[in-house]
Amino acid sequence: MSLDFLELSIRELSRNFGRRRALSRVSLDCRAGETVGLLGPNGAGKSTLLAIVSTLATPSSGDVRYGGKTAGEIGAALRGRIGVLSHDLHLYSELTAKENLIFFGRLYGVTNPEAVAATALERARLGDRGGDLVSGFSRGMRQRLALERALLHAPRLLLLDEPFTGLDDASTRALVERLRELRTAGCITLVATHDLDVAEVVLDRAVILQDGKLVASEPDVRGLRTRYQARLRTGAAS
Amino acid sequence: MRKAFVPLLALAGLIFMTAPILIMRARYESTMGLVQKIFYFHMPPAMLMLLSAIFCGLISMLYLIKKRPVYDWIAFAAAELTVLYGAMAMVTGPLWARKAWGVWWVWDARLTMSLLLWMVFVSYLLLRRYGGPGSETLAAGLALFGMATSPFVYLSVNIWRTLHPLTSVVPTLPVDFAFALWYAFLGFLLLYIALMTMRVRIEEQRALVDQLYLESEE
Amino acid sequence: MTAFLRAVWIIARKDLAIEARSRELINTTVFFALSCVVVFSVSFVGEGGDGRAMGEAAAGILWIAIAFSGTLALGRTFERERYGDTLRALLLAPGARPAVYVGKLLGVVMLLLATEVIIVPLVAFLFQARLFDHALLLVSLLVFGTVGFACVGTLFAAMLGRARSRDVLLPILLYPVTIPVMIAGVRGTAALLAAEPQLEMARVWTMLLLSFDVVFVTLSLWTFESVMTE
Repeated sequence: MSLDFLELSIRELSRNFGRRRALSRVSLDCRAGETVGLLGPNGAGKSTLLAIVSTLATPSSGDVRYGGKTAGEIGAALRGRIGVLSHDLHLYSELTAKENLIFFGRLYGVTNPEAVAATALERARLGDRGGDLVSGFSRGMRQRLALERALLHAPRLLLLDEPFTGLDDASTRALVERLRELRTAGCITLVATHDLDVAEVVLDRAVILQDGKLVASEPDVRGLRTRYQARLRTGAAS
Repeated sequence: MRKAFVPLLALAGLIFMTAPILIMRARYESTMGLVQKIFYFHMPPAMLMLLSAIFCGLISMLYLIKKRPVYDWIAFAAAELTVLYGAMAMVTGPLWARKAWGVWWVWDARLTMSLLLWMVFVSYLLLRRYGGPGSETLAAGLALFGMATSPFVYLSVNIWRTLHPLTSVVPTLPVDFAFALWYAFLGFLLLYIALMTMRVRIEEQRALVDQLYLESEE
Repeated sequence: MTAFLRAVWIIARKDLAIEARSRELINTTVFFALSCVVVFSVSFVGEGGDGRAMGEAAAGILWIAIAFSGTLALGRTFERERYGDTLRALLLAPGARPAVYVGKLLGVVMLLLATEVIIVPLVAFLFQARLFDHALLLVSLLVFGTVGFACVGTLFAAMLGRARSRDVLLPILLYPVTIPVMIAGVRGTAALLAAEPQLEMARVWTMLLLSFDVVFVTLSLWTFESVMTE
C-alpha cells in the first residue's frame, strides 16, 4: 500500500439538508495513534460527520483532508485506508462469518484472504463459529465480527459509529482492548458514542457535538460524564 | 433575469391577444376548415415540450457534474413546464386528429415518443414529490435517461409504423399559414421563458429562506 | 481494467453464493413469471384466434412477464443490500464504484435469464409457438433485451436505495424509459413467431436492442458514482 497519511484534518465542515442543519462548521484535527471521541445526543450530527469522513457523503461546505489532500485529490484508493464499523454492521446475514470476511477481504485486495479471515475470526473470538450463518449470531457476536471486518485491510483511519451499543461487559472489555492495540499500532480512530463510562476508558480526547455544532473540546477525558452533562445543559439553556 | 418577468409576460400576453387575428386571416385549410386552426395551438406547445425535455436533460447532466443548486432549480422548472406544455399538446392534438384522421390517437413514432417523454417527466415530478430527501440527484439521473431513451422510442416506433404528417409540411405551408404559426410559436416561447423565470425565482427564494433558517440558528 | 473486472466478479459471485443457498429469488421470480404468463394468457387470448394473433399475444405476454418479474427481482436484490446497509459497505470498497453497479447488474441479468429459460418454453408450449426454429436469434433478442431492461433497472433500483415509496417508484420510473426494449423485444419475438418468420426484421430489432444496451450501460457507468453519493 503506497498510499498512507498520518493526519486527518476536518475544516469548517457543514452539511445541511434543506432547512435542517446536520453539521455546522465543525473543525477537528487528529493524528496517528489517537483515539478521538465524538460525543453528543442523538441527532447531534455524529453519523453525518462520519459519513462525510468515510467519503459516502459530500459536505455542503468545508473539507476533509487526509494527510493534506482531499478525497477528490487522492481518488478511490483512499477507501482502502479507511475502515468503517457502522451502526448497521455491514454484514451479510445470509453468509457465514468466514464467508463475510473472505468476501470483504477479496474486495479490499487483501493478500491471502482465507488466512487473514481465519486470523480475524480468532481475534473476534469466533474461531469455532466461522461456518455459521451470521443470521444466527447475537448482537455482540455480530459486533465483534463487524469490527474485524472493518480491520481486515489494516486501515489507517478507523471510524466507529456507536460501537458499544448492545455489548455485554466481556465484549466491551474486548473492544476496549482492541482499540488500545490499534492506538499503539498508529491507527487514527474516531469513535462516535454516547456511552460515557466506556468513553473515559478508551478515548485520548473527545469533542462534544450538539445540533450539528461543536460545543466543546475535551483534551482530558477524566470526569467526562459530569462535564458532558453540564455542557449539554448549558447548550440547551442558551 | 427576474426583471424580465413582467415585460416577458406582457409581451406574451400581447402576442396571444393578437394571434387570433392572424390566425383568422390565414387561409382555411382545404379539407378541414375551421378546426385546422387548432394546429396553431397544438404545434408550438408540442415542439416546445420536446425542446424543454431536452433542455431539462442537459441541465440535469450539468447538475450531476457540477452539483450547483441553480441547475437543479432550472431542471425542476423545465420538467414542470414539459409536463404542462405536453398536457396542452395532448389535449389539442386529439381534437385536431379526430377531424383530420378520424381517430383520437395513433401509435406512430412521433406521438408515442412524445407520450413516453411526457410520462418520464410526470414520473420525474412524482419522484421529487414522494421520493423523500436526496431526490434531486435521482431526478436528475431520471431526466438524463429520459432524454437518452427518446431517440430509441422514436426509432423503434418508426421501424414499426408511421402515420404522423411529415415535418416537411411546415416549410411548404403558404406564407400566411407559416407566419401565423411562427407568431403563435413565439407567443408560447415567451410564455415558457416567463414561467421558467418565475419558477426558478420561487426555488431561489425557497433556498434563501432555508439559508436564513440555518443562519438564524447560529 | 482487470481490477475492475475482478471486483465485478467478486460481487457477482457473492450474490450467486447467497442465492445458491436459499434459492429464494430464483424460486419466487420464476413462479411469479409463471403466474403472469397464465393470468395474461387467460385475459388476452379469447375463443379461437388465428395463428397470427396467437403469435402476437405470445410475444407480448412473454415480455410483460419478463418486465414484471424483473421489477420484483430488482427490488428484492437491493432489499438484500439494505439489511446490514451492505450497499454502503460495497461503496466503501477501494475499487471504482461503478464496479458495484456492474456486479449487481450481472447478478440480476443471470437471475432473469434463468427465469426466461423456464418461461420461454412454457410460452411456446401454451401457444404452440415455434419459438425454437430460430434459436440463435431468439436468444440474442432475449439476452440483449434483458440486459437493456436490467441495466436501467439496476441503476434506478440502486438510486432509490433508501428513498421513500421506493417500491412503487421503481416501476414508475423504469417502464417509460425502457419502452424501446419492450417494443423491440415484442416486435422481434413476434417477427420470429409470424406465419412467415421475418428474420430480417428480427435482426433489425436485435441490433436496436444492442445499441440501446451500449448507450445505457455507458450512461449508467458515468452517472452511478454521482447518484450514489449523498
